[in-house]
Amino acid sequence: MAWTKKILRVNLTDGTCKAEPLNMDWALKYLGQRGLASKYLAEEINPKIDALSPANKLIMATGPLTGTMAATGGRYSVITKSPLTGTIACSNSGGFIGNEIKNAGFDMIIFEGRSPTPVYLYLENDSAELLSATALWGKSVWETDELLHTMHQDPLLRIACVGRSAEQGCLYAGVVNDLHRAAGRSGVGTVMASKNLKAVAVRGTKGVGNIRDAKQFMKATQTAKRVLAGNPVTGEGLPKMGTQVLMNVINEVGAMPTRNMREVQFEGANRISAEAMHIPRESDGKPNLTTNAACFGCTIACGRISTIDPKHYTIVNKPEYMGANGGLEFEAAWALGSDTGVDDLDALTYANFICNEDGFDPISFGSTVAAAMEMYEIGALTKADTGGIEMKFGSAEALTRAAELVAKGEGFGRELALGSKRLCEKYGHPELSMTVKGQEFPAYDPRGIQGMGLTYATSNRGACHLRSYTVSSEILGVPIKTDPLETDGKPELVKAFQDATAAVDSTGLCVFTTFAWTLEDIAPQVDAACDGGWSSESMMEAGERIWNLERQFNLDAGLTKADDTLPKRLLKDAAKTGPAKGRVNDLHKMLPHYYEIRGWTTDGVPTAATMNRLGV
Amino acid sequence: MHKALQLEPEKCTGCLQCEMACSYENESVFNPSKSRIKVFTFHDEGRFAPYTCSQCSEAWCLHACPVEAIVINQKTGAKEVIEDICVGCKVCTIACPFGTVNYNSDSGKVIKCDLCGGEPACAEACPTGAITYVDADHTGLARMKAHASQSIPK
Repeated sequence: MAWTKKILRVNLTDGTCKAEPLNMDWALKYLGQRGLASKYLAEEINPKIDALSPANKLIMATGPLTGTMAATGGRYSVITKSPLTGTIACSNSGGFIGNEIKNAGFDMIIFEGRSPTPVYLYLENDSAELLSATALWGKSVWETDELLHTMHQDPLLRIACVGRSAEQGCLYAGVVNDLHRAAGRSGVGTVMASKNLKAVAVRGTKGVGNIRDAKQFMKATQTAKRVLAGNPVTGEGLPKMGTQVLMNVINEVGAMPTRNMREVQFEGANRISAEAMHIPRESDGKPNLTTNAACFGCTIACGRISTIDPKHYTIVNKPEYMGANGGLEFEAAWALGSDTGVDDLDALTYANFICNEDGFDPISFGSTVAAAMEMYEIGALTKADTGGIEMKFGSAEALTRAAELVAKGEGFGRELALGSKRLCEKYGHPELSMTVKGQEFPAYDPRGIQGMGLTYATSNRGACHLRSYTVSSEILGVPIKTDPLETDGKPELVKAFQDATAAVDSTGLCVFTTFAWTLEDIAPQVDAACDGGWSSESMMEAGERIWNLERQFNLDAGLTKADDTLPKRLLKDAAKTGPAKGRVNDLHKMLPHYYEIRGWTTDGVPTAATMNRLGV
Repeated sequence: MHKALQLEPEKCTGCLQCEMACSYENESVFNPSKSRIKVFTFHDEGRFAPYTCSQCSEAWCLHACPVEAIVINQKTGAKEVIEDICVGCKVCTIACPFGTVNYNSDSGKVIKCDLCGGEPACAEACPTGAITYVDADHTGLARMKAHASQSIPK
């Protein structure tokens, strides 16, 4: 049945670790990972609590297909209340830790309370204990990973941990696993650090079995793998170019947010694109990209492994950055690059290494630097505020110095670590913060892709592309092509993407499969593995249930309809160039109809009838 | 004609589908820790390498076994562990110069690659062609061809 049917509850205040049975009634309605852990969180905490108080809980959750041979079946998510947004947070990561937790015999780990001193969880199959992390506190993700492997003399340990940025209170710190995969958004790492929990080190050797119909499962997963291999995006584009395949595409359609979203096209895009990562450099004849890499069980392998030019100013006399490491994904390249106006590929790669090394979200970081640069330009921020850094658009030095300061929580880095909303408010320009519900935008300008405006405004974790990636339809034509500049039909499109994605995020599979797969490809795999009779229809319904559960959590936390909006810049200032020239995002044309088809009141509150229909 | 596993690290992405396929074939669960093939990550170099038993002709493990629990499968040429005979003394794990015979504490026996009786599950599962099952006498064929191509008139 794919679930291990067991969860581990770790009380950090008391220092106890206890196994308990998984609530199977909930599993049959919410699947696993995002859905099921959100249900647990909503049932167990008061949504109004301070996210950084011991009353918050943090859940690491796998899906039923995590640890199986289903392609991409290695995902896990971290679910908690976000300190950045005050909403429910769910950050998804690949790598290898999800499979290891499952192999240790657990579907999820719930952390509650706060430890009086720094600790880490050491989990080896049924044996779970909290050990002192005093020697790890103050160490980076990379140092922590190495120390834990050495201390336990076990090269096969899988580790998820927080870096120094999280310890120092950076509000967009993530939980990094396997050195450079991350549950990166919404500050889930900040919550982990607030609990004095430095790391989770896991070794699981039990195996993942309990497949409902193993023969059918192997058949279904093999069929689905052939679909991925034969698709031009998942079979060729992503392995060769990574998500960076999008850089030039999005720039051409005029949806590349540039210089704090003042513009929608970046003149330096081709210098920081996937294509640029393949060009051999002068110094050592090697390209930026060393190889592509897979997360656990992934037959796509979109991950980037890169090196920095050994002669680049950022790494002179710093051997620790000279080896291969996690390279630029599109979101990082955009936020660190086009949004700050920096087109130095090596500087971006270095900043990305630093984000991995000390565990903070490159999207939120890059956007916050961009906001600081705009405030510097208009004189709202001065050198006296920045500690002498010339925060000019296009300055690679400013970007890389800012990354180093946020990593360690030093100087002006302490202010950048609060995110764009708080930074802009502090310096008197809240209108310059490109955020929704306090979370920074990802790489698609909603003036050029209208559906993404509604996506951002209604996302349950603040501005986010991964909640309903209508770019697929509006730009790439998957599964059907819609006009990116049109608003008609977008509420229906956004709702369908939101519900389907919530379901996929609850299976243990990667959402990138949906470039090739629809729920028609996914449901047979879930159904063969799990009890419950799963079809694409029942998965859509589970997705809708999850969406409404998250929405209700946010409303109970105190958010209202007024939070379902976009910054004025995107609603009032028209795009200056490209196919969307002259357009703003027409959110007002989409939002009321979206509420209506969601079965919500005109104030955006799910009606009793809707909640009853879905059995939330 | 015997066939052999051909491992091409430059094609490996480190996805571990081979480890899951191997453990599923042999243990009926997805469990990389019980896989007979292992993928190693060389982080600083950004490289991955699958590795397993190469089925030596004069197999150290076979000769070292005091109870003759390791035998040659005449059809495939694989050196196979007969579980019922193996006493778990682990001498073969010491004898193997390559580390590809390992102890399984759950069963109290040793495990090693047996080529799945001639249909290796790892090769079937590998999505990138990093593991293939080819003519044992010509595992160098692809590399020879690549070098030969450099000698043809351009």
